[in-house]
Amino acid sequence: MGKISLKQVTKSFGDVTVIPALDLDIEDGEFVVFVGPSGCGKSTLLRLIAGLEDVSSGAIEIDGVNATEAPPSKRRLAMVFQSYALYPHMTVRKNIAFPLKMAGIAPDEQERKVQAAAKVLNLTNYLDRKPGQLSGGQRQRVAIGRAIVREPAAFLFDEPLSNLDAALRVNMRLEITELHHSLKTTMVYVTHDQVEAMTMADKIVVLNAGRIEQVGSPLDLYRSPRNLFVAGFIGSPRMNLLTGPSAAAHGATTIGVRPEHLTLSRSEGLWPGRVTVSEHLGSDTFLHVNAGDLGTLTVRADGEVDARHGDSVFLTPQTGKIHRFDADGKAMA
Amino acid sequence: MATQHSRSAARLMISPAVLLLLGWMIVPLAMTVWFSFLNYNLLQPGPRTFAGFSNYYYFLTDPAFFTAIWNTLVLVLGVLAITTVGGVLLALLLDQPMWGQGIVRILVIAPFFVMPTVSALVWKNMFMNPVNGIFAWIAEALGLQPFDFLSQAPLFSIILIVAWQWLPFATLILLTALQSLDSEQMEAAEMDGASALARFFYITIPHLTRSITVVILIQTIFLLGVFAEILVTTNGGPGTASTNLTYLVYGQSLLQYDVGGGSAGGIVAVILANIVAIFLMRMIGKNLEN
Ligand SMILES: Nc1ncnc2c1ncn2[C@@H]1O[C@H](COP(=O)(O)OP(=O)(O)O)[C@@H](O)[C@H]1O
Ligand SMILES: [Mg+2]
Repeated sequence: MGKISLKQVTKSFGDVTVIPALDLDIEDGEFVVFVGPSGCGKSTLLRLIAGLEDVSSGAIEIDGVNATEAPPSKRRLAMVFQSYALYPHMTVRKNIAFPLKMAGIAPDEQERKVQAAAKVLNLTNYLDRKPGQLSGGQRQRVAIGRAIVREPAAFLFDEPLSNLDAALRVNMRLEITELHHSLKTTMVYVTHDQVEAMTMADKIVVLNAGRIEQVGSPLDLYRSPRNLFVAGFIGSPRMNLLTGPSAAAHGATTIGVRPEHLTLSRSEGLWPGRVTVSEHLGSDTFLHVNAGDLGTLTVRADGEVDARHGDSVFLTPQTGKIHRFDADGKAMA
Repeated sequence: MATQHSRSAARLMISPAVLLLLGWMIVPLAMTVWFSFLNYNLLQPGPRTFAGFSNYYYFLTDPAFFTAIWNTLVLVLGVLAITTVGGVLLALLLDQPMWGQGIVRILVIAPFFVMPTVSALVWKNMFMNPVNGIFAWIAEALGLQPFDFLSQAPLFSIILIVAWQWLPFATLILLTALQSLDSEQMEAAEMDGASALARFFYITIPHLTRSITVVILIQTIFLLGVFAEILVTTNGGPGTASTNLTYLVYGQSLLQYDVGGGSAGGIVAVILANIVAIFLMRMIGKNLEN
């Protein structure tokens, strides 16, 4: 079981309020991702849940029990840190067994659990090495191993992949998702990378300056962002945001169109412009188009499109794919 | 420093410094070795005759020699024990966030800047003096008999004085080591259910071992040669109760005017110090490797 509820939780460091009052429910077995720009309070929120920071006010419930005052070790949560936080003087085996040893579990039982975890994480051949002799991905797995042997109520991850190179990151992303499918334990995952959020989450919590901007499934957020912040943050490349007459034509202060919802044409269309940069990814081509008064628009075109700097093109938004926002930046129905 | 050329250029450039240091060391050492084989007493005029190993024989069979070795050992180990244990505890204390941290840290390091003779005299006259000392005053205030530290527990008193001088050094090194401990490691251990005591023994102490070995190495080298503190407090006495090897050599050559015997003692001390150094280097090399 691992249901976590935050009730009117706030956190201030001195005079600075990092988290204004916040309510959030994390259901048992869910994979929840906190996403937001750097410095928005994601780590702080996670550390509040872990008990590594005291809340300034409000309550945290774990499985219906008030855990606000409980020390970290009593919350049955396991955390994987951004720096991995492995114990450098202990072997991988001892690192993974450490929480078991602290819980006073018998040595042969410890060994059995370590072996089981090592098998799941492909670490069996590395058990006698020290962390310093492992690669980044292996260290990451040791940190995860140390978390899973405890059989916690929920896992907390703080940007676990940000120290890995791009290829490894994609791999570990899959491994963590698979781990979630097999363990079915609640996972709370913090990242600033919206791609990680979109690919891994059951539920995304978008944070901005400590406030929750929107909570929903990845596709919910993609299809109907509740405000300009979420619209700009979710989706890659970013949504094109237009103001002025073209927005007024739709009865809004700002309208947004995603690059994949613009149709590219050489001969005709709503918005004429010139290509400034074209990025060929093979599968797709991203064109940055200077559309005069509208500013620079990004459009996703077919991978085979051979547009060059200076080419003149026309862009047309697809019907029903235009997001409208009012003067406060809120989405309009 | 990759090419043959740059390597030989580097050797050439450091050679003056190396030669100067070598000369600085070799000349006195060679003279000491030379004197140690002579009948050379300042009170006996006349030619200095070759003495063979007799100086060594007399020095090594002197009952004071074994007392001195033992005292040196007790002094070094006693000070090391007090400074490393005390240093770890003080460093832990100073690592806590508190008001006036900067000033407290400067105060803690202060004893290290006091000259050994001065601090020993301060201890002797202001603290340990059985009539005027603070300890005597405290004892009297409690209705106890004042304790005459320097005559009743001379070696222990000197250990106390020297430990007081070296405690700041150990504290400072261990404090910087403590500050380099990754706080996420501590938090991870906390989440893993380790109590404060378990965190200290499983995380903090292993993290500090390297610095502790460095502290032990450096201090041992200096502590083998403690001299000023003994000279100004007990003069090695009563009897030979607080005579260490350095002080014994001093007594031999400058109180008994026996330059030959003193030199032999000096060479013995050098050999013993080197044995200790080799032993320590081995131990530390192993500890510093990983
Ligand atoms: N211990 C602290 N003392 C003071 N301010 C802090 C502390 N920890 C974090 N903050 C501040 O809180 C804000 C959120 O930090 P953090 O939660 O680490 O952001 P994120 O993980 O989203 O990048 C930042 O502005 C940071 O400066
Ligand atoms: Mg963070």
